Amino acid sequence: MKSPPFEYARARSVDEACALLHQHGDTAKLIAGGQSLVPMLAFRLLRPSWLIDINEIPDLKFITVDIDAVRIGAGTRQCVIDRDEKLGTHLPLLRQALHWVGHVQTRNRGTVGGSLVHADPSAELPLAAAVLNAKLLLRSQGGRRTITADQFFSGPMMTAVRPDECLEEVQWPLWSGARVGSAFTEVSRRHGDFAIVAAAAQVAVDGSGTCTRAAFGIGGAGPTPLAFPKLAGELVGSRLERDVVLSVTEHAAKQLEPGSDTHANAAYRRHLAKILAGRVLTSAYAQARGTA
Amino acid sequence: MSETLYPIAVEVNGRARTGQVPARTSLVDWLRDELRLTGTHVGCEHGICGACSIMLDGEPVRSCLMYAVQADGHRITTVEGLTKPDGSLSALQDSFCETHAMQCGYCTSGMLIAAQALLDHNPRPSEDEIRDAIGGNLCRCTGYQQIVDAVQLAARRIAEGAK
Repeated sequence: MKSPPFEYARARSVDEACALLHQHGDTAKLIAGGQSLVPMLAFRLLRPSWLIDINEIPDLKFITVDIDAVRIGAGTRQCVIDRDEKLGTHLPLLRQALHWVGHVQTRNRGTVGGSLVHADPSAELPLAAAVLNAKLLLRSQGGRRTITADQFFSGPMMTAVRPDECLEEVQWPLWSGARVGSAFTEVSRRHGDFAIVAAAAQVAVDGSGTCTRAAFGIGGAGPTPLAFPKLAGELVGSRLERDVVLSVTEHAAKQLEPGSDTHANAAYRRHLAKILAGRVLTSAYAQARGTA
Repeated sequence: MSETLYPIAVEVNGRARTGQVPARTSLVDWLRDELRLTGTHVGCEHGICGACSIMLDGEPVRSCLMYAVQADGHRITTVEGLTKPDGSLSALQDSFCETHAMQCGYCTSGMLIAAQALLDHNPRPSEDEIRDAIGGNLCRCTGYQQIVDAVQLAARRIAEGAK
């Protein structure tokens, strides 16, 4: 349970981190909060030659509310999201997701970007990013590129991040209009554990209570968190009547490829996906209608 | 094979401490093996049990999920640092004794750190808030009830003391 040997470098800027990644190639790993990476090293699932520490880079820690998006520095600690009042107003889904993430000690150290690049298919923040189709800004010595969450997650613990890239910023799109509601729920063995299945939704309504926009997704029931933009589109124009929601969530559950393990078999995961997706859609809709 | 040693300077329980560490040495191993601060316990060594909880710059973290080299330039409080300046037990530690909030004692230092961090931010926590704050710390003896009792007792005493 001790990590294998490695060399250590503390990067003082994103430029320096990218230069070190460029220099050491895929023998190097970035370490942010380390809440997943350190156990992987302890279990010797990884044996990097270099760890490049990005914890002390101030430029990676910020929360900025723009007109159309909330921009969050990849190194922002999860506990900071938890306490940030403006996020509660502008991006409630992120706070709702974070409510299920780990414990005080892990949120004090764990970062937003770290959870996304780790890409555990059961993790909450990747699901929130998938549902809102967040934009991820990647930087390397060669320059910057932006990709969306649907291109970012490529498999269990796999992303489109190249070995020489550092996730710099996550842009969470803001939906225009005041009548927006969101919800996140999951089933796990104990609070703070990774989800067996998680579901998240965001719904916007007009003055009459008709849905004008919807998004939802499922985590823990496939190789990556999965959003269903096409099915969510079928909710537009409805008032999320029971049969409409049931039809959409049944279709979503059919598209999943859940696995079986000691915690739950595939059939149970599929069942949970349908039920939980229905709950978050209904709850997000009710919240959207309740807001002025 | 000889490993590179990295110099570190860390404030531990108010004292400036320095060391030379291989990069892979976990913070908890450095605290215990080099500084001989054995109050912090090593449990699962992969971030599940919470026994190794310490405060990093005043906030509770798991010291098995940090390398000692990462603590360079930071401030750490271990369970040894919770006592009053004269070395006597804090209100929280006393309360743990009185309510018998431990049996084997393995989780106790982590529980004390988690509970003290809670009381630092929130001197009058509800039972739910207490259970949430110690939610990342496993205890296999008490069933948690006496630990919750201890934190509630400490909160009452601290409030009375402040009057």
